[in-house]
Amino acid sequence: MEQERVIEVLKEKFEGEILQIETHYDFLTLSLKKDKIVEIIHYLYHHPDTKFQYLTTLSGIHYPDLNQIAVMYQLHNLVSNQRIRIKTYLPADNPVTKTLTPVFLSANWMERETYDFFGVRFEGHPDLRRILNVDEMIIFPLRKEYPLEDQTREDKNDNMFGR
Amino acid sequence: METVTQNTKPLTLGEKPEGYEGPGFLATSLEKVVGMARKNSIWPLPFATSCCGIEFMATMGAHYDLARFGSERLSFSPRQADLLMVMGTIAKKMGPVLRQVYEQMAEPRWVLSVGACASSGGIFDTYSVLQGIDRIIPVDVYVPGCPPRPEQIIDGVMKIQHLVETESLRRRDSKEYKAMLNKYGIE
Repeated sequence: MEQERVIEVLKEKFEGEILQIETHYDFLTLSLKKDKIVEIIHYLYHHPDTKFQYLTTLSGIHYPDLNQIAVMYQLHNLVSNQRIRIKTYLPADNPVTKTLTPVFLSANWMERETYDFFGVRFEGHPDLRRILNVDEMIIFPLRKEYPLEDQTREDKNDNMFGR
Repeated sequence: METVTQNTKPLTLGEKPEGYEGPGFLATSLEKVVGMARKNSIWPLPFATSCCGIEFMATMGAHYDLARFGSERLSFSPRQADLLMVMGTIAKKMGPVLRQVYEQMAEPRWVLSVGACASSGGIFDTYSVLQGIDRIIPVDVYVPGCPPRPEQIIDGVMKIQHLVETESLRRRDSKEYKAMLNKYGIE
């Protein structure tokens, strides 16, 4: 019911930006084009029927088969206790998108984390550098092309552990 | 002249070192006296980052009581500590911090690596975790376990005590020791 209203509000102004609308476990998930993502979130922030004024999380997802990196936003309306998820897809070779910091200051560290682990560059971010990993790291470790195990470890072999 | 019994030790307050003994005196080497004094007054610096640190708390508690070994006085400043006890997972980002703590300790200094994570990275075979602290600082004794029981930690401390007691007073000035430190890029 309320989810339909959110879709209506979005379609009023940004009909052409919607790629896909899904509901996973009652969680409305919108896939949108990347160009106007900041305007859309700004619009949903201020519209009286949506008021998504709390950014729960912002993260990346690597889809190696599609050669794409998605940026996923989860928003929360604290009045009606309603949540939505918004995804935008970027090419994995050059993942660049606009920063959400003008709308949510809390996006600052989340975007730094997404840069740290997926290499997504957020244009206009005030201080885009690694936040959790060591500064000397040269890879983006949560991209699936990198092995999870530490490659410098020598003591693990099949003879000892039967893996 | 009395002979020092080797197998059946009488219960004494301090184990007296070997030496020439007569009524009211004991002649022995300075090295042995210093070793005995150091062994029973080790100030540990707990560097606890995860569950091994919880086991260490049990070790310091009344039941296991590390104070019985003269190590109840924890030093939370590295400059006054003799023994660095690394207990828990050391992330790569923590590596330089641990190394700085080690460098701030005055000689003579010993390092006890408690638990699988500190010794080898343990189950955390991943990009963000240091695969054993011996990649950045020299380690004297390793305690296995995930996490080790307090008895094992006490055993590790006793092994350190043995090293402290028997270490030559000139070891820290030796060429070999300096070469070992240089291998880690220290000094």
